[in-house]
Amino acid sequence: MSEHEYTPKSKVGKWFNDRLPLLTLANHLTDYPTPKNLNYWWTFGGILTFCLITQIVTGLVLAMHYIAHADMAFDSVEHIMRDVNYGWLIRYIHANGASMFFLAVYIHIFRSLFYGSYKSPREIIWIIGIIIYLLMMAAAFMGYVLPWGQMSFWGATVITNLFSAIPLVGEGIVTWLWGGYSVDNPTLTRFFTLHYLIPFLILGLVVLHIWALHVPGNNNPVGIDIKKPSKDTVPFHPYIVIKDGFALLMFMIVFAFFVFYTPNILGHADNYIEADPLVTPAHIVPEWYLLPFYAILRSVPDKLLGVVAMLSAILILAALPWLDTSKTRSAVFRPLYKQFYWILVADVLILGYVGAMPAEGLYLLVARVATAYYFLHFLLILPVLGLKEKTLPIPLSITDPVLGGSSNFSTAKNQTKIE
Amino acid sequence: MKFFFRVLLLFTLIIGFQYNSYAAEKVEYLKTDWSFKGLFGKFDRGALQRGYQVYTEVCSSCHSMKYLSYRNLAEKGGPEFSEEQAKAIAASFEVKDGPNEDGEMFNRPGKLSDKFVMPYENIKAAQAANGGAYPPDMSVLVKARGGGVDYIYSLLQGYEDPPAGITLDDGVYYNKYMYGNKIKMANQLSDGLVTYGDGTNATVQQMSKDVTTFLMWAAEPHLESRHKMGFKAITYLIILTILVYFSMKKIWSRIETEV
Repeated sequence: MSEHEYTPKSKVGKWFNDRLPLLTLANHLTDYPTPKNLNYWWTFGGILTFCLITQIVTGLVLAMHYIAHADMAFDSVEHIMRDVNYGWLIRYIHANGASMFFLAVYIHIFRSLFYGSYKSPREIIWIIGIIIYLLMMAAAFMGYVLPWGQMSFWGATVITNLFSAIPLVGEGIVTWLWGGYSVDNPTLTRFFTLHYLIPFLILGLVVLHIWALHVPGNNNPVGIDIKKPSKDTVPFHPYIVIKDGFALLMFMIVFAFFVFYTPNILGHADNYIEADPLVTPAHIVPEWYLLPFYAILRSVPDKLLGVVAMLSAILILAALPWLDTSKTRSAVFRPLYKQFYWILVADVLILGYVGAMPAEGLYLLVARVATAYYFLHFLLILPVLGLKEKTLPIPLSITDPVLGGSSNFSTAKNQTKIE
Repeated sequence: MKFFFRVLLLFTLIIGFQYNSYAAEKVEYLKTDWSFKGLFGKFDRGALQRGYQVYTEVCSSCHSMKYLSYRNLAEKGGPEFSEEQAKAIAASFEVKDGPNEDGEMFNRPGKLSDKFVMPYENIKAAQAANGGAYPPDMSVLVKARGGGVDYIYSLLQGYEDPPAGITLDDGVYYNKYMYGNKIKMANQLSDGLVTYGDGTNATVQQMSKDVTTFLMWAAEPHLESRHKMGFKAITYLIILTILVYFSMKKIWSRIETEV
């Protein structure tokens, strides 16, 4: 996609590149023209790549010491924590890494929502992203089962039981998933296998995600199409590399703080009790990053409809490029959408909060209202808003508003407001 | 910078939510100064050694600690008994080993490499001896309870006469800090129950603090090296971040856009 043809300087390089154009690829990646007005919300793509690699590397080491057997899994985790050299470090990085991964992915997704990055011509990037997100949830859920603590066991029981809501074949499917008549050793070994597999699927999809991104190029805070390369763009290296690096380091400081000083705060205490099929914990709660969907699941009184609602809440995102009818990408130029955007953010946070609470009384009521609003946002507000909203005038290029050369002053002012 | 604070604030809120949710039935736990909290937190060596004494003399008759070995007692960052002391401690226990060449199991004195000897053969035996309640293994107990060290510390001192209107079955006791207030473990501590070698006065409060410190170490034996490494890692990251920040400013100064 580079505008110019690349030829390696050395003879050997040319010989190699003619047969496998890796050097052309490397050249494309370094020269890749990137909008120069990307703000720090755009650094989370790089941060997510770091998270994925961290999880894969620490996971590999953990897998060398972990034993996927119902009688030994809990012991082997304690063995890692006590007797494996720096095992505690590797495990705490892996466990907290999952949370950091989700923190980053939520910021990444909400950045897309704000700047309309999912809109034409970037629908495929967005849909691949949603598939990655789904796989992440599957991987995280199965990973949480592996230590075989109380929350592992009962979380697995609750989530796999959701499939029993499917009419007629539900019970059969659950037995098939478990490999028996309850969550037990066969369930653990298959979860371990899948937990090992999924990250590599994600890695492959990340390559496609970036490939698809490099066809139209990055969206940007102004949300306009730009000419590439032009005075609106900078080469990826060194400009974006150093900026992503800086943001990544900031992220790593937060990450390190969790790993070294509060490594267990994001987990549940019950997971340090070995799984016991005869004792049910007082409250079964998933990890924080799944709570909004857990709230949606529980807010529907019917089991099957609850499962449908929970799945739709995620899958509806894949239809977003067509649900949002507005031609304007960036919320900067959509005064009404901007307000609804922040309401949606609050709505999801509220869902997360009530997801951690017992499903009764006021909590249940709030969960129901918030669930209804969540779907209302995507199914009604977005389609109607796109047709009715009066958007602000959009600058013709990035350089214009930044230099204050735009005839529209309010545009330039808004531009500075988003960093 | 504002950006990062916003993100941090958001995350803190999320954690706050979750943290609150776990402590739904909140009781104010007794507070004490834990030497192992904070950026440079370390264990109080004396407390660990005294705590081990309380564990062996009081708790270990019912509670196992199956993930600990006698060698751990001499390791850095723990109670740091001398190797001779640890060997002597191990040798004071009888360990079942075997089978030997004749196919017989036999008893021998413990070695450093042995795991802590369990008070009962199995969970069923433990339940049978304790009115049906299994005294939980204490290796990771501190991490397995919502309130952590504060909870254990309070529980040990939380025995009271039940308030009027609450009747307790045989073998059930009233504890202010226990979930549901009913506990199957009787009050085990009383002033002067153990005689500390270092002359510390063995009050209930002192023993609770010592044994809880010991349990914290048992659950997190690498806590000290974790804190030490954490300080180094974060200092390194901060310095590197500052350097990268200025490099970034320099590189971006070639074009007019701000970063």
